[in-house]
Amino acid sequence: MALRAHLNIAGPAVLVLVLMIAPLLVPTYWVMILSEILILGLMAVSFNLLLGYSGLLSFGQGAFFGIGAYSAALMLQAGYTNLFLILLVGMLLALIIAAVVGFFSVKLDEIFFAMITLGFGMLLFSIAHNWRDVTRGSDGLPVFVLPTLNFFGAEVSFYSPIHMYYLVFSVVLVAIVLLWLIVHSPFGLVLRATRENKQRVSFVGGKVNLLRIVAFTISGTFTGLAGVLFCLFNSMATPEFMHWSFSAKPVIMSIIGGTGVFLGPLFGAAIFFFLEQIIIRFTENWMLFLGVVLVLIVIYFPQGVLGTLKSKLLKGEPK
Amino acid sequence: MLEVENIHTYYDDSYILQGVDLKVDSGEIVCLLGRNGAGKSTTIKSIMGYNHPRQGHIHFMGKDISRQSVYKNVRMGLGYVPEDRRIFSELTVQENFEIAFHSAAEVRWPIDHLFEMFPLLDKFRHRKGGELSGGEQQMVAIARALACQPKMLLLDEPCEGLAPVIVEQLSEIIVGLKSHFPILLAEQNAHFALEIADRGYVIDKGLIRFSGTAQQLRDNDEIKKRYLSV
Repeated sequence: MALRAHLNIAGPAVLVLVLMIAPLLVPTYWVMILSEILILGLMAVSFNLLLGYSGLLSFGQGAFFGIGAYSAALMLQAGYTNLFLILLVGMLLALIIAAVVGFFSVKLDEIFFAMITLGFGMLLFSIAHNWRDVTRGSDGLPVFVLPTLNFFGAEVSFYSPIHMYYLVFSVVLVAIVLLWLIVHSPFGLVLRATRENKQRVSFVGGKVNLLRIVAFTISGTFTGLAGVLFCLFNSMATPEFMHWSFSAKPVIMSIIGGTGVFLGPLFGAAIFFFLEQIIIRFTENWMLFLGVVLVLIVIYFPQGVLGTLKSKLLKGEPK
Repeated sequence: MLEVENIHTYYDDSYILQGVDLKVDSGEIVCLLGRNGAGKSTTIKSIMGYNHPRQGHIHFMGKDISRQSVYKNVRMGLGYVPEDRRIFSELTVQENFEIAFHSAAEVRWPIDHLFEMFPLLDKFRHRKGGELSGGEQQMVAIARALACQPKMLLLDEPCEGLAPVIVEQLSEIIVGLKSHFPILLAEQNAHFALEIADRGYVIDKGLIRFSGTAQQLRDNDEIKKRYLSV
């Protein structure tokens, strides 16, 4: 079997295995960092459905993350504690709003698309920030009661970071598998074609705007799911999630990891958090170093870290 | 099958097509000849819905498609092979075919059949479009149009920049397709076009200057000199 096939099967299998046993081996603090990596990694992988697969740079992804988070916080405050309901409603709300935002945004490309999504993001941020009666503004919405799960008769609570980690891990795993299936479906193929040239897609009968709206909606929905998870993990929804600087995170993670590889953004998220943890031990100015790392990666690893590694490993391999 | 009536098309403010009429019936290959910038591509693009005419009408299979968008025209059965062999260079040859949308109930050109028709491409099935030679890319472009299960084919300068041997192969392929559907061929290379076409139109400065059978066009030296730089 070719190296490529080995890598495509063994790579994810090893990753899943490592992530499954990791919490048993590392200190609790790192279990929490890992949960954060997985949640933001899911956000970045769904964001990359736009950047990597459709060639669209969305700068308002934080809005959908925030919608998921607020939806979870509001439901928990209102006394709804069914985990699946919370996950579903968060995704559904993100889906509806992403479909509306997508409808207006996908008509344009490139910088115009980035600006429209940025504009929608700031609009939704302002609502979260200023609608104090519902969101409590910049104080954020705290979550006091976490949902529980009935696991084969046993009641599992998520106050323990390890339980929380396994919840995050399971949901992210399912979501990533779904996204993988989408990317490798005929829809994913046409999407890649629109990235290369949208005009030519219409020459073969493709309805480009509709394809893009669907991609945008899927991306927003899974980002909303990441937001729900983050609200549970963080016990708090704040307007900060919807700020444009938060929307930059999946962009940075995808570029660090590599937009051309499906799991690149997840790797980027891991590198992002590991760097933060290491640098913060020495200095508070971690953003300064992140900036330097970002510049170096863009110059020396234009395909991102995972993308460059993969193409180095597969050099000369048949496709 | 296809009827273009007095269309006027603009690119922004430039007035390109100043009243073009043409007709393609089933069973024929019709060529549209003219120099660079005469309006050939614009005519094809107007028909495809890529650049709608401001005036005039285009009927395809009895339906007015003058204002219809490109993807709908393709789904209705207008197969389009754009100029400069615009295939997807990042996708493999097979993927280039797989993305072709078709609403046809009867699939006359399944993907395997396309590879039988173009045995050369079968070897490159999993190679990226951008790694192929110009002639191979042109074959991908034609096969991709067939994958949309067209009822008519529009070819825009298929032999531009190709070696004579390849042009020879292409003309065989195009003639072979004639038994399946009519073809409109926009071409600068009059020798090539008149060899395979039944009828032809000569366009210059956005107006049809001459129309007739391929034989009449071949015999008319004045037209050739004035409009075709042969």
